[in-house]
Amino acid sequence: MQELVKRASELLADGSVARVLGWKAGDLPYNPEPAYFENEEQLRSFVYNGFCGANLSKYMIEASKLEGKTLVFLKPCDTYSFNQLMKEYRVDREKAWIIGVGCRGKLDIEAVKRSGIKGIESISEEDGELKIKTLYGDHSISYAEAMLERCHSCKGKEHRVYDELIGESEETNDSERFAGVTEIEAMSPEEKFAYFQKELSKCIRCNACRNVCPACSCRKCVFDSNKFDSAQKANTDSFEEKMFHIIRAFHVAGRCTDCGECSRVCPEGIPLHLFNRKFMKDIDELYGEFRAGEDAETKGPLTDFTFEDAEPGVVAERG
Amino acid sequence: MYKIKTENLTALFQKIAGHQELYLPVRNAGQVNYANWSDEAEVDLNVLNTVKSPKDAFFPQSENLYTCKRDGKKITIEPEQLKSQNFVIFGMRSCDLKGVEVLDKVFLEDPLDTFYAARRDHGTIVAMACNEPEETCFCKAFGIDAAEPNADVATWMAGAELYWEPLTEKGEALTEMVRELLDDGSEEAVEEMKTNIRRIIAKLPYSDLSMDGWNGEVLDEKFNSELWDELYKPCLACGTCTFVCPTCQCYDIKDYDTGNGVQRYRCWDSCMYSDFTMMAHGNNRTNQMQRFRQRFMHKLVYFPANNDGMYSCVGCGRCVAKCPSSLNIVKVVKAFQNQGGEQ
Repeated sequence: MQELVKRASELLADGSVARVLGWKAGDLPYNPEPAYFENEEQLRSFVYNGFCGANLSKYMIEASKLEGKTLVFLKPCDTYSFNQLMKEYRVDREKAWIIGVGCRGKLDIEAVKRSGIKGIESISEEDGELKIKTLYGDHSISYAEAMLERCHSCKGKEHRVYDELIGESEETNDSERFAGVTEIEAMSPEEKFAYFQKELSKCIRCNACRNVCPACSCRKCVFDSNKFDSAQKANTDSFEEKMFHIIRAFHVAGRCTDCGECSRVCPEGIPLHLFNRKFMKDIDELYGEFRAGEDAETKGPLTDFTFEDAEPGVVAERG
Repeated sequence: MYKIKTENLTALFQKIAGHQELYLPVRNAGQVNYANWSDEAEVDLNVLNTVKSPKDAFFPQSENLYTCKRDGKKITIEPEQLKSQNFVIFGMRSCDLKGVEVLDKVFLEDPLDTFYAARRDHGTIVAMACNEPEETCFCKAFGIDAAEPNADVATWMAGAELYWEPLTEKGEALTEMVRELLDDGSEEAVEEMKTNIRRIIAKLPYSDLSMDGWNGEVLDEKFNSELWDELYKPCLACGTCTFVCPTCQCYDIKDYDTGNGVQRYRCWDSCMYSDFTMMAHGNNRTNQMQRFRQRFMHKLVYFPANNDGMYSCVGCGRCVAKCPSSLNIVKVVKAFQNQGGEQ
C-alpha cells in the first residue's frame, strides 16, 4: 500500500495528475470508502486492503468532466468496466492515469457476518486466515470463505487497460462461473418463478444495484422519469420489482462485464449477478465466447450485425 | 415479571396468531425482515437488526389511499379502509421503538395521519432487549437504553428463557391472552442481563459518539459548511440509507393508471433521489451534495428544531452496515467534530 501512496504523491507533486481517486480508511475494520485525494496530507488516510471492493471505474464518468487528469486505482476486474465505459464514450481515457493494482480477492463483510461473527473489534490476516476479535470472543475464518462471490469466479488477474502496474495478484477463481445459471436453467418454469419471486420480493427499490452499476450510465434512467407510468421507489404491484430487474438485465446485456457490484451492494443480498450471467451464457452459446470490457474497441455481439448471426427466439422459429 | 421457555415460543406465537395478526422477524432467502407469522415462517429472534426497520408495520413502504374507477361516464371513488384489526409486532429493539416515537411526532400531530394513527391504535408492541449489541450500534449517543425496551411488553432473552414484563394496558391485555403459557419469573435474572448489556454497550466503538454541536440552533453554520462538498462525493445517490432507516418519514403520493381508473398510493420517498420534492416549478435541490446534506440536516438539525430537541436518528446502525459506499451518519458527525478540532 505504501508504494501506491508514494506513487500517488509523486504524480500529484509533479503535476501529472490533479487528483487521486482511491479508497479512504473507514472507522470500522471493514468500511473504507471511495474518496478523492488532492494532496499528501489527504493521502495519509489512503488505504488499499481486502475491503476495497468498490469498483472506481464509474466514478471516472464524473472525474472525466473535471480539469486535469485523475489518477485512478483499478483492480483487474475494474479495468473491464473502464474499457466498456470508454467504448460507450462515457469516460475520457486522456483524463485518466490508471494504476492497475494487484488483487488477491476482495472481502465481503456480509459473508463474515453470515458465518455468525458479530461485534467486530478488529480484523487481521495470518496465513490465509482472517483473525477477528469481537466483543464476544475471538474467531477466525479463511480468506477465501470471506471473499465476495465474484472473486470465486474471477475473470483473471490481468489488467486490460492501465498506465502502470503496482502490486502482485493471486488467482482466486475456484468455481465454475455459470454454475448458478445452469442450476436455475434446470428448474421447471414453476420452480424458476418461485425462486425469483422469493429473491426479488425482498427488493426494497433502493436502486443501489443500478446506481453502482458501471453499465447503468444513462444520464437519466427511464425509471426516474415521472412521465413513466411506474415509480422508481415503490412497487405498484407485485410484478414490478421483477420487471425492474429484468429490464435492467436486458439493458446491460452484452455490456455488463460481470463486475459483481450489483450483488455486492444489494442490502437484501439478492444474487442479481445471476440475471446478467444468464445473458452472458446465452451470448456465449449463440455468438461465441465474448467478454465485455476485454478491450475498448471490439463491437459487442448485440451491437454488431453479421449475416451469420444467430436468430434466437420465437420470431425465428415461426419463420 | 413472567417468563417462558424458548422452546415454547412457537406455542406462544401460535396462540397470539390465533387471535391477531402477528409480525415478527422472519428469515426469507437469507435475510431477516419483519413478516407475518405462519407455521412455516423461519422466525429469527437472534438477528439484531432486520434489514428493513419495523416501521412498515405502521408506515408501509407503499399503501393505497383511494381508488377511482370509471364505468362509462360514472366515476366512483373508494377510500382505502383504515386498519381496524388488532395486531402484535414482536421483537422490536429499543432503537426501533424510539424510531416509532419519531414517526409519532410527524404523523400524530395536527394534521393527524389517519392511516398511521389507525395502525398505532391497533398495534401492540412486544420489544426485546439487545443481548448482543454490535459494532454498528450507537443508540447510546441518543440516550437510548438497549437494556430497557419500553414498549407495551418488554422482553429479555436469557439463555433458554424469555422474560416477559407488561408495561401498558395493551401489554397487560396481551399478557392475559397468553397467560397460560407464562410462568412467574424473577427480577434478578433480568437485572443481571441489563447490567451485562450496558457493560457491552459501553465498549462499542461508536458509544462515545458525541452529538455536541448538533441541535436545532445551528442551521446556518452547518448548512453552509464546506465539508458537505467533500462528504457527499462517494454517495451513489441510491436510497438504501433512507429505506432501511427506522425514522426516515418522507413520502410521495402518486397515481397508478389501472386501465379503467386511478389508484392513488403513497410510497416512501428518498431525499437521495433526483425527483425528491419535485414541484411544478422544478426542484429546489439540484445536485447530489444538496440532497446528501438534506438527509443529515433533517435528522440532526431541522427535526430537533421542530420537536423540542429530539433527533430523528436513533443509532440503529442500519445505514452504517448497508451503505454501498460505506458512508453514514456517524462518519458525517465525526467529520464535523474533526473539523472543529482542527480550527
